Amino acid sequence: MNKKILRTFAMMAALLLCFAVAAHAKTLKLAMDADPVSLDPHVQLSGGMLQYSHMVFDPLVRWAPDGSFEPRLAEKWEVVNDTTTRFHLRKGVKFHSGNEFTADDVVFTLARLKKSDDFKGLFEYFTDAKAVDANTVDLITKEPYGLVMAMATYIFPMDSKFYTGTDEKNGKPKDLILKTDYSFANFNESGTGPFMVVEREQGVKTVFNRFADYWNKDTGNVTEIIFTPISEAPTRVAALLSGDVDFIMPVPPADLERIENTEGLKLVTMSGSRIITFQLNQKRRPEFADPKVRLAMAYAYNNDGVVKKIMKGFATAAEQNSPKGYQGFNPTLSSRYDVAKAKELMKEAGYENGFEATMIAPNNRYVNDEKLAQAFVAMMSKIGIKISLKTMPKAQYWDQFDAQVADIQMIGWHSDTEDSANFFEYLYMCPDKETGRGQYNSGNYCSKEVDELTLASSSETDIAKRAEMLQQVEKILYDEAAFIPLHWQNLSWASKNNMNTQDIVNVMNFPYFGDLVIK
Amino acid sequence: MFAFTVKRIAQGILVMLIISFIGFGIKHNFGDPVRELVGERVTPEERAQIREKLGLNDPFMVQYVRFLKNAVQGDLGRSFFFKKPVTEVIAAKAPATLELVFCASLIVVGLSIPLGIYAAIHPKKLFSRLIMGGSIIGVSMPVFLTAILLIYIFSVELGWLPSFGRGETVTVFGFWDSGLLTKEGLRHLIMPSIALSSIMLPLFIRLIRSEMMEVLESEYVKYAWAKGIKPRRVWYVHAFKNTLLPVITVGGVQLGIMVAFTILTETVFQWQGMGSMFIESVTRADTALMVSYIVVVGAIFVVVNTIVDIIYGLVNPVVRVTGRK
Repeated sequence: MNKKILRTFAMMAALLLCFAVAAHAKTLKLAMDADPVSLDPHVQLSGGMLQYSHMVFDPLVRWAPDGSFEPRLAEKWEVVNDTTTRFHLRKGVKFHSGNEFTADDVVFTLARLKKSDDFKGLFEYFTDAKAVDANTVDLITKEPYGLVMAMATYIFPMDSKFYTGTDEKNGKPKDLILKTDYSFANFNESGTGPFMVVEREQGVKTVFNRFADYWNKDTGNVTEIIFTPISEAPTRVAALLSGDVDFIMPVPPADLERIENTEGLKLVTMSGSRIITFQLNQKRRPEFADPKVRLAMAYAYNNDGVVKKIMKGFATAAEQNSPKGYQGFNPTLSSRYDVAKAKELMKEAGYENGFEATMIAPNNRYVNDEKLAQAFVAMMSKIGIKISLKTMPKAQYWDQFDAQVADIQMIGWHSDTEDSANFFEYLYMCPDKETGRGQYNSGNYCSKEVDELTLASSSETDIAKRAEMLQQVEKILYDEAAFIPLHWQNLSWASKNNMNTQDIVNVMNFPYFGDLVIK
Repeated sequence: MFAFTVKRIAQGILVMLIISFIGFGIKHNFGDPVRELVGERVTPEERAQIREKLGLNDPFMVQYVRFLKNAVQGDLGRSFFFKKPVTEVIAAKAPATLELVFCASLIVVGLSIPLGIYAAIHPKKLFSRLIMGGSIIGVSMPVFLTAILLIYIFSVELGWLPSFGRGETVTVFGFWDSGLLTKEGLRHLIMPSIALSSIMLPLFIRLIRSEMMEVLESEYVKYAWAKGIKPRRVWYVHAFKNTLLPVITVGGVQLGIMVAFTILTETVFQWQGMGSMFIESVTRADTALMVSYIVVVGAIFVVVNTIVDIIYGLVNPVVRVTGRK
């Protein structure tokens, strides 16, 4: 008899508990244009993978909206000497597997990052990390390095115990990084992040549940995320408008107004940090070796007009690589659209009658990429430069870009380090196969000054001095018209208006879903 | 009959070989899958190493022969994106596409036969004219436009039907993810099926109508009338039966085309079938998956057409006789 009563009570308690949980359950139906390629954060360095990392893993530190660093798994940090930064780790943090998070996991993760094809470039200045004690770890660089903290935002500690050993399924080590085949890490995860992957059908649906033992109990109330990739932009918008999903990103420019004017929805936009440019190949086209010609082209290109007409205001016209907020952003560089001046420069350079050039651009990589290239062609024809343009899908474009098959090539760049030097290193330093510098410099622009300043900036730890160097580089590139800057693409997110969308999004486009509060 | 069947199958195999060759040729010129696998920072040397590891640097014929050898054993390669054998990926995606095609075919067959017959029997009536007028609009409207219109009317404005995806699915026979057995699954099927059928339906109405009108003019129908047989019997038994022959032929071809048309419908509705998988594999340069899709759809075409030819042979002995020689 007693047992029966007890059982009834237990059942009632369980039922009540269920109701209590149900009352607090908040599900977010999320749609993005693509889903992460893998559950292994080190398999690809891409926006999608980093967005995923912020949900399931947690970095040592992360960017705050004002450009400072916000403590995450590292509570405090201090510079020990020129090459060593000490991180004091948060105590009592658990991985999804239940393992305790310790300094060893940071050491393991950094070692793994250095093995990843995609990430090893970012961490080439680092030697192995050193665990001082269970909750203290030193990051050590080979030489003084100005971007240690920025790199710490890429260290998402992985569960070293979970990822160590041999996987039964393929007989290979569990920490193996494999891009094209089954590997343990591609299909299993154990991070410290706010969400755990409970169900995943690649390309169809991923379900995340909130991690019960997440260290930060004070933030966010989403208990479940159902994430569907919807690649077609109109369908994604329709899904939001019809209420089938709660949150979409990115929002296609054509639908911004509609969403803004729809009751019950919220649109958040922000100027982004991906610069879109045209590179002028001086090796293929001798005319482009003359700075006057390049300047003339810069004067003939109407960025503001293009942003208004083609981008529908959904971009910020650029005169340099670094967006506002970057150390290298040089406030003195201003818009210089002036066709008369451009014609004069062409005359001075001796090309009054113009010349012909070829150009390639992708047609599905950047927002309106094909139209942008066409507008450029039209504007250049006004100063006598006849351009024959060829556009192609991105799957074919990059090989052509590398082979430098045309005189003018389009490229957009987002700095992985959220720092100006990254633009210069990849896009404008003299191309050098050995060091990999200037890897995407298809303009073959080469300036000793730019090279020296960029290299010097990497080991400069004084922020003011470093900013001065980087701004000087922007000035040189501007004065010599090393390239034609177009604009920074804006970022956009749309959601129902019962959540604090504006607080969780940022210029890197890594929404912090762990902090999302649904009313 | 046996010789006829064997001949058809041999032809089918030849066609498959040609399709696979062309598919493989396209793949070869479709850009570099490694680009999609790595981030922007990876150096050309490292990319070359990855390509080497994947065997992408071998000459075309070497790769093709290797592909054929594996394909004969049922191995069509591995998808870079899904990190699984492509046969597994396609098998998982096929039910979605086949169910969609099945539902669209039901709509086509269920509506085109009565409407086509009606329009043939009463060509002057207002309803017939409406059918014919509507079918012109249907034929000339691109599938993706129909699909987007449907979404905007029934999901966004009216809120009656879900805008994307398959909804709730149930696994039957251990491998087939079916949306036909749940209410949500069926609700999700409505709009994509209508969109997919929107091209074929008008075509079939017009086909049935014109065939039927032709048959109604033929001698034996006139004879049937003269015998004083009831109109219903003349229309549905004497005339309609003979209308079916060309409809079966066209239907076979169209069924194959419908599978191919799912590419558009699936992309718009984010329907997780083979069609959207194909488009995505193209943008990702996931070449093994691309080629396999082409081969699998080619195989469906060949099989369906072979079956149609055999049935046709059964129904119409003339084909069999000329086939024999």
